[in-house]
Amino acid sequence: MALRALVGVKRVIDYAVKVRVKPDKTGVVTDGVKHSMNPFCEIAVEEAVRLKEKKIVSEIIAVSCGPQQCQETIRTALAMGADRGIHVDVSAKDSETLGPFQVSKILAALAKKENANMVILGKQAIDDDCNQTGQMTAALLDWPQATFASEVKVEGDKLTVVREIDGGLETISMNLPAVVTADLRLNEPRYATLPNIMKAKKKKIESVKPADLGVDTASRIQILSVEDPPQRQAGVKVETVEDLVSKLKESGCI
Amino acid sequence: MANPLRGEVVKLYKNLLYLGREYPKGEIYFKERLKKAFMKNKDVTDPEKIKELIARGEFVVKEIEALYYLRKYRAMKQRYYEDDPK
Repeated sequence: MALRALVGVKRVIDYAVKVRVKPDKTGVVTDGVKHSMNPFCEIAVEEAVRLKEKKIVSEIIAVSCGPQQCQETIRTALAMGADRGIHVDVSAKDSETLGPFQVSKILAALAKKENANMVILGKQAIDDDCNQTGQMTAALLDWPQATFASEVKVEGDKLTVVREIDGGLETISMNLPAVVTADLRLNEPRYATLPNIMKAKKKKIESVKPADLGVDTASRIQILSVEDPPQRQAGVKVETVEDLVSKLKESGCI
Repeated sequence: MANPLRGEVVKLYKNLLYLGREYPKGEIYFKERLKKAFMKNKDVTDPEKIKELIARGEFVVKEIEALYYLRKYRAMKQRYYEDDPK
């Protein structure tokens, strides 16, 4: 059994960074802000690496779409255990409007080109929270999909996946090739250590343009406005119980 | 000077420095403490003792990795699984 896994990784603003909206409301500030791999993509990479360690997967290809800096994200995936990388070069300006639809077309084209048997993605990215790429990739490839995976088992050319659904778990079985999207509880991603990052520098990252894959990255979506969530109202201190009761009555709580 | 374990100690120090870049309390805070911890043992010459100290350093590396993982996991859980009864 020699499966090939294609893993999508996205470069996003680091989860620990406080995101700020640009004054002109066209987006968020990304210049000089720390970026890292989307946490759900890390889980996807980890799952692929674990399948490789179980000798189920023979090769892991990490793909990222975006500007030059995406190569760092691919490098992290390579340090975690992916075999080689593909960087789909989209200029910084175009990547702002690059949505799940365009990315899924790129991933589908690459999955065919690389003869992948499995596409593993994070369920969603923490920047746009779209949760669409995996589903659309499966549709474009006409492959079965297992979204929100919390356990993945491969037996022959069958895939058994436990999915996280509202109020419980669902176990489904499907044929390979398939698309899997990782949920938070699928595994505990390993840390890309310094020695491994150094070793990963020897691994190859191929660079391709979306046009080479026959994909048009023009977006059909127009961003009207990006705004901060509403600010929490400041509280008040009350001196006595009577004050508290009257305030509560005023606000209609009692 | 050229202790055979020198390379390993340097490697450990570099690994820890790299890990410190993400430390929640800031890189500078981490670096100061890291340097102090290494300088405290700079006069140790007994190979057994050095090995023991390296093992302790590697344990700290594991602990920090676990800390980062948990921190990220909790942040994700809080943001995306808010009304989870678990």
